[in-house]
Amino acid sequence: MTQKTPLYDIHVQYGGKIIEFGGWMLPVQYSGIIAEHRAVREKAGLFDVSHMGEVKVNGPDALAYLQKAVTNDVARLADYQVQYTPMCYPDGGTVDDLLIYRCGAQEYLLVINAANIAKDYDWLKRNTAGFNVTVDNVSSQTAQLALQGPLAQTILSQITQAPLDKIGYYWFMRSVQVAGRQVMLSRTGYTGEDGFEIYCRNEDAAPLWEAIMTAGKNQGLLPAGLGCRDTLRLEACLPLYGHELSPQISPLEAGLGYFVKLDKGDFNGREVLLRQKEQGLTRKLAGFVLTDRGVARSEYPVIAAGRQAGQVTSGSYSPTLDKNLGLALVETEFAGQGQKLEIEIRGKNAAAEVIARPFYKRKG
Amino acid sequence: MNFPKELKYSKEHEWIKVEGKRATIGITDFAQSQLGDVVFVELPNTGRTVKAGETFSVVESVKAVSDIYAPVSGTVVAVNEKLNDTPEAVNLSPYEDAWIAVIEMSDPGELEGLLDSGAYEQFTAEGGH
Repeated sequence: MTQKTPLYDIHVQYGGKIIEFGGWMLPVQYSGIIAEHRAVREKAGLFDVSHMGEVKVNGPDALAYLQKAVTNDVARLADYQVQYTPMCYPDGGTVDDLLIYRCGAQEYLLVINAANIAKDYDWLKRNTAGFNVTVDNVSSQTAQLALQGPLAQTILSQITQAPLDKIGYYWFMRSVQVAGRQVMLSRTGYTGEDGFEIYCRNEDAAPLWEAIMTAGKNQGLLPAGLGCRDTLRLEACLPLYGHELSPQISPLEAGLGYFVKLDKGDFNGREVLLRQKEQGLTRKLAGFVLTDRGVARSEYPVIAAGRQAGQVTSGSYSPTLDKNLGLALVETEFAGQGQKLEIEIRGKNAAAEVIARPFYKRKG
Repeated sequence: MNFPKELKYSKEHEWIKVEGKRATIGITDFAQSQLGDVVFVELPNTGRTVKAGETFSVVESVKAVSDIYAPVSGTVVAVNEKLNDTPEAVNLSPYEDAWIAVIEMSDPGELEGLLDSGAYEQFTAEGGH
């Protein structure tokens, strides 16, 4: 069954090319992936990310419960701070990657991937034993817009009194007015640019979209679809669940060791992850550039030393760098910078080379 | 959307321009608009013999990989090497600059199975698949 976000009619009205994504009808593009990608890098783009899931975790044991559930150290969060974290199974495989918003000592909001909502909610509920917490799936009551790009603050400042310049990267305001609507506003995103994510009631999503588009009219703001969301996050080397992360891929293998705090105490997957770290990883995520012509796509075999040594997890043309780039999970010995690889594209091998990640980093 | 009258079309969204036994082939305006920004075209080798319906080229847009099928059987006698450097021509000029290959037909009778401009336009209006 496919679902529509509260902005579906707006996407059609704005000329969005609608596709099904994780059970949702969403625009892959409006004016074109490359044009939208460039707008986000140079000016601003507006995304509908209402398909993302939201789960509330409340109660006296909320912190202890989350510490057990995820790999990052949730105790480091202050009120109104946001944290990125993987969430693992006991075997070290990844349930999902998510954002944790700390609203108060006993009150957290988890933002999870759309395709994983049912799975995550079920997993989170099953792990409440022994903790005095309530876990509520509020996904269907929550819409979300992402305004991303260097002009995001300039645009948003036209329709809110909120002190945007005081919201640091990965911090949020729990309740502010934007265009006369009550929203939660965070300085977060999935594009490698500055920007904001705006959480609101479903009925406020369309008026907010229109107000932001109007405010951005003279700033080069474009409505942006899933297509450029993927090319933007790939350039920034932000993982995509189901590609760089999965039940078969641990956060350490995906290069997310910074978000795995093995010294914080026990948590799901800790033993396996600790062992992976102590014994060394057998495979690792590597970023590569194709030096031959062609585009590497997800699941294409990676060849090194004359045999298959891994596979591509994500690959695309990079509009900012004008190169064909990708991420691949490969045997550790082939993951070092400068390593020559080959990517098998439709039966033919194309030369590639491991390069530093991220491929793109914004200035400042 | 542009559907030049002098061309023939396949239901797989290739266009064919016939001059004697030579058929020049590309993808249609409808096809390029569905694909979005084209970033790579894999050309066939000249001298290759192809059968109608066989994949003989691949067009990659930012998001998707699309096989291009030979609408007629024959031998590839020319390919548009300019697409190596300017794959975006597929978006900008699908019927002129972005021809993909020329096939010397072995069975011109196969042309009768293709659509004319009006029939193809109607086919795309109905969803194109």
